[in-house]
Amino acid sequence: MVTESARNRIRLSIDPVTRIEGHLKVEVEVADGHVVDAHVTGGMFRGFESILKNRDPRDAPQIVQRICGVCPISHGTASSLALEAISRTELPPNGRLVRNLIMGANYLQSHLLHFYHLSGQDFLRGPDSAPFIPRYARPDLRLPEALNAEGVAQYLEALDMRAICHEMAALFGGRMPHAVGLLAGGTAQVPDRTSLEAYAKRLARVRRFVEDKYLPTVYLIGSYYKDLAGFGQGRRSALCAGGFPLNDEATRTVFTAGVYADGTFSPLDPAKITEEVGHSWFDNVTTGRDIAHGETVLDVDKPDAYSFLKTPLYDGKPMEVGPLARLWISNTPLSATGQEMLWNYYGLRAERFRDLGENLAFSLLGRHLARAEETYLMLGHVEAWLREVHPGEETFKTPSIPDTGAAWALTEAPRGALIHYLRLRNGRIDNYQILPATLWNAAPRSDAGIRGPLEEAMLGVPVPDPGSPVNVGRLVRAFDP
Amino acid sequence: MRHSRRTFIRLCTAAAAGVSLTQGFSPLVHEIFAVVLNGTRPPVLWLQGQACTGCTVTLLNSVQPSVADLLLKIISLDYQPTVMAAEGEQAWEFLLETARASQGRYVLAIEGSIPVNWEGRTCVIAEHGGHHITMLEAVRQLAPGAAVTLALGTCAAYGGIPAARGSQTGAMGVNALLRQYNIHAPVINVPGCPPHPEWIVGSLLLALQAIDAGMLDTFLKLRLDTAGRISWFYPNVHINCPYLPDFERGHYCKTMNDKQGCRFVLGCKGPRSACTAWKTGWNGHVNWCIANATCIGCTSPAFPDGTSPFYANPEVLW
Repeated sequence: MVTESARNRIRLSIDPVTRIEGHLKVEVEVADGHVVDAHVTGGMFRGFESILKNRDPRDAPQIVQRICGVCPISHGTASSLALEAISRTELPPNGRLVRNLIMGANYLQSHLLHFYHLSGQDFLRGPDSAPFIPRYARPDLRLPEALNAEGVAQYLEALDMRAICHEMAALFGGRMPHAVGLLAGGTAQVPDRTSLEAYAKRLARVRRFVEDKYLPTVYLIGSYYKDLAGFGQGRRSALCAGGFPLNDEATRTVFTAGVYADGTFSPLDPAKITEEVGHSWFDNVTTGRDIAHGETVLDVDKPDAYSFLKTPLYDGKPMEVGPLARLWISNTPLSATGQEMLWNYYGLRAERFRDLGENLAFSLLGRHLARAEETYLMLGHVEAWLREVHPGEETFKTPSIPDTGAAWALTEAPRGALIHYLRLRNGRIDNYQILPATLWNAAPRSDAGIRGPLEEAMLGVPVPDPGSPVNVGRLVRAFDP
Repeated sequence: MRHSRRTFIRLCTAAAAGVSLTQGFSPLVHEIFAVVLNGTRPPVLWLQGQACTGCTVTLLNSVQPSVADLLLKIISLDYQPTVMAAEGEQAWEFLLETARASQGRYVLAIEGSIPVNWEGRTCVIAEHGGHHITMLEAVRQLAPGAAVTLALGTCAAYGGIPAARGSQTGAMGVNALLRQYNIHAPVINVPGCPPHPEWIVGSLLLALQAIDAGMLDTFLKLRLDTAGRISWFYPNVHINCPYLPDFERGHYCKTMNDKQGCRFVLGCKGPRSACTAWKTGWNGHVNWCIANATCIGCTSPAFPDGTSPFYANPEVLW
C-alpha cells in the first residue's frame, strides 16, 4: 500500500512481511529514495503467559515449545533451566551434553532454513511458478545465471539438509519440531553408540554442505550485493544472554553473556531489563516493570498502540539480539573461508568477528555473514560434545519441584537472546514471563519514543522504487525476527 | 474418471490395511498424483492464524513425497507466508486472484487457531487497500469457495494451546468457527502438535482424489472419525504400542531414562491418543514420542487441558 503524505514523503506499508516466522508488518516513510521513519507491528497475540498460569510446572517445557515451531528447543530448554534452578536439580553431565546436541542441531536447522528458504529469494530467482512467483516488478536480482542456478540447486539441497538436522535433534529429543524428550531434569533418552553414530553420520553431511556450499555462497552472493553493507546499522547496540554451557557449572558458555552499547562492552545484569508497553496493545499500568513483576494485560482498543510486541529495554535502551550480537560480543574466530573471502572481496584482514568493524558487522549483509559464521562455529562445538558424551550414561534426574520459588533462565535461541522467568505458588505456575528474541528486535517504540532496533535500522534504507521496496523486506529478514 | 475411481478405491483399501505412505504407499501416491493432477497442480492457499509455524516446518520434513516434489510438481502453493516470494499487498492480491480464478477448486489450508474476540483483531494477517484483514475475516471469506479446507494441526482443528484455559482471545478451531457463522464447507482435521507430514500429505491426497472422483461428501461421511480426522491416520496409540505387552504384564518404567517397560505410570497419554507415529516414526523414522519419552496427547481435541498434567495419569494410584 503506497500513500502520498506531506512534504513529498511516501508511506509504504508491507503486510504481511513474508518468509519470516510469525506475523509482521512494516510501515516506512520514504523521502528522496530513502527510509526516514519506520513502524514495525507484531499483529498476532496468543497469550502464552496467561495460558501457563496455574498449570503443573513440569508441563511448561512442552507448552512453551509451541511459542515457535522453528526454535522450540530453545524455549523448552529455557523453561527446563528455570525449573531446575527452582528445584536445585543438578543434571548428570550427559544431560547437559545431550541438551546441547539437540539445541546445536536445531541451530544448524534454523540457520540453513533462514538463509535459503526465508532470505534466499531476496537474492535468488526461483522457478517461474508459485510459490516463487509473483515477485516484485524490479526485484533487484543481480546474480549471474550460473550462480543463480547453483543457488537454486542449493535451496533444494538445503531442504534435505535442514530435515537432516531435525533428524539429529529427534534422535535424542524424540521428534521435531516440538521435542517430547526435553524435560525439567534433563533429557528423556540415554544416548547409545547406535544413536550417537547416527547423529555423527548426519552431522558429517551437514558439515560438508556448510563448508562447501552455505558458507562460501553467503560470501559470494554478498560480493554481488556489497551495497547491502552500507545500511541497516541502526543503533549498533547488542545483547547476548550466554547459552550452551561448556561445563556442568555453566561457568563457561559458547557465547559470552554481555551488552554492547555506545561503543563499550559490559557484563549482562538481568535486573536492568524492563519491558514497556506504551505503544503496545497492553494496559499502560504494566509498563516499565522488570520481568519478575511483568504482567500481560490486553488493551486492544488502546489509541497510539501499534503492536502486540512489548518493548524490552536494557538500562533504558533497545538492544539487538541474534547471531550478530552473539558473535560481536563473544568475538569468536572466523572460518578460514570467511577470512579468505573478506580479504578477497573487502580487502579486510580479519581473524575474529570484531575485525569486520562496526560498519560491516552491523549492516544488513553483516547479519547474514554472522549467521553463516555462527553455523560453521556451531559445527565444531557439536562435534566436541559428541566426543564428550558417554554412551549409556543417564541424562535425567527427576526434579523435586517445590511448591514455591522463582527463577530466571537465560539462553540463546537461534534468533537471539531468550529469557524465561518463572514463579511458583502452591505447586502451580503463578507467573510466567517470556522475553523472546522477536521482542528485542522487532519491538515498537519505547514509552519515550525511542525506536526499536529494527525500526531504527530501517532509517536510511534505499528505496529507489516505491513499487518494489525490496530492501525493506531484505532488512527485516536479515534480522530473522 | 473411471480409472480415477478405481485408483481411489485401491488407495482406500491400502490405507485401510494400515500401509503407511512411506512403507509401500508411495508408488500409489505417485500414481494417484499423476491421475489426479493431469499436469495441473491444484492451487493451495495456506493461511496462518494463531500459529507457531510448526505445521509449516513439519511439512518441510516430508520425505514421501519430498517437499521439493510437493512444491514444484504436485501442488501450486499460491499463498504460504513462510515460503512465498511475494509480500505485502502483492501477495494478498495474488491470493484473491487465485481464489477468484479457481473458485470451488482451491484447497484452503489453515494453520493456527482463529481468535474471535475483539472482532478477531488479535490476529491481523494482511493489509489490503488500507484495510486490516483479520484471520477471522479471511477464513470466513475463503472457506465457502474452497473445494475442501484442511485444518492443519491441533490449533486449527480444535483450538489447541491458544484456546487453552487462561486464553483471552477467543481462539477457535476451523470447524467450530464455521459452525458459529453458519458456513457449510467440507473440513478435514489433521491434528497433531505438530502433525506428521504423512498425515498432512495423506489427507490432502485423499481429499484431492475424492474430489476428482466426485465422491468427497461420501468419502468424508465414511472416513472422518468423530473428531473430524481421516480415521486411517488416527488409530488408537495404546493398542498399537510396542510397549503394550509391558502394560499388560505390569512392567512399568521407573524414571524417564528407564526404557524397560510401559510409560503409563510416567503419565503417558497413549491410551487416550490417536496417531500413527508408532508405525511411521518421526523425522525419517529415527525416533518417536513414546520410544523417547511419553505421549502428551497432542492430537487430541482436548489438548492441552484434557491431556495435562502431562507427567501423571489419574488412574495411577501407587
